[in-house]
Amino acid sequence: MSVSQTAFTAGLLDATQAAPEGLVNPDGTPATKRYDVYRNNVAVSLSDALEAAFPVVRKLVGEDFFRAMSGVYLRMHPPASPLMMFYGEAMPQFLTRFDPVKHLSYLPDIAKLELAMRQSYHAADADPIDANAIGAVAPTDLMGLRMTFAPSTTMIKSDHPVYGIYLSNTDTSAPKPVTQPECVLVTRPQFDPQIHAISAADATCIESLIAGQPLGVAMTNAGAELDLGALLGLLLQQSTITQLN
Amino acid sequence: MSTATKTLIAASAVATAIAGLTTTAAAQANEKCYGVSLAGENDCAAGPGTTCAGTSTVDYQGNAWTLVPAGTCADIELPTMADGTERMGSLEEQDRDLPA
Repeated sequence: MSVSQTAFTAGLLDATQAAPEGLVNPDGTPATKRYDVYRNNVAVSLSDALEAAFPVVRKLVGEDFFRAMSGVYLRMHPPASPLMMFYGEAMPQFLTRFDPVKHLSYLPDIAKLELAMRQSYHAADADPIDANAIGAVAPTDLMGLRMTFAPSTTMIKSDHPVYGIYLSNTDTSAPKPVTQPECVLVTRPQFDPQIHAISAADATCIESLIAGQPLGVAMTNAGAELDLGALLGLLLQQSTITQLN
Repeated sequence: MSTATKTLIAASAVATAIAGLTTTAAAQANEKCYGVSLAGENDCAAGPGTTCAGTSTVDYQGNAWTLVPAGTCADIELPTMADGTERMGSLEEQDRDLPA
């Protein structure tokens, strides 16, 4: 058999292309069917990876629709890395542009949340600080205090009720989502990511802190709505803070 | 808000936060267990994808776009758009063209 790798991969995601020249059956005839089976498996495995990555998006649009949409996605965005656990990174942008779901304006943010949870799941471990360490900081130093967060800590700000939609599609006892902008904090205190609904002020505060700004600036950015005690409690309890600077 | 006021708020917030913490020492005694990842979280997707599932339909795109999103999205009420159009999940077919 003599067939170049380029010719072999060229037709993998394009079913209209014939089997590459030189790819033959034992009897010398072109291996059309075998190649079809192979490239179908490529598409099936990538579709499966997307199904595993976006269970809630899948539930929202329906299994058949998601499967068909996966076929479009995987041809537009073939994997750039062999790490299937990160495949699907372009899904939020894809969903904003894909005509059949353009009217579902919340869908891209749901995909963002699912990606964030996945990223959090695979993020490196980091040892949290002891809660008392922050208590030991002199009050006069608090305004200048900076914090480093675990790589598994991320946040999503949305104009849509992403937390409510996510929850009501993963937990049957959850209430119906209420129309409102929602922010979600993703943490991984142990091995599985957890999501927490936080206020817009909390989100701004965390965003500033993650960006490396001192607590005083983060408080100013967040404004009067911030409940710092509750927020710090959540951040400490979820093992998100790994260093005080 | 003055710096002094903010410092006070922050100091009391820290105290509140620490006082409210429940001990997580017991949970932290867990250890890593390899080989139990969720389905699809492995990095080779070596499950169903390596079978010949659906080999008769090579082209997944096919005529799939007679479909519209049919999951639970129609249940979610959303604010109307700027022009007053209802923003809800739709089970009606949309006009669309797709790349072949």
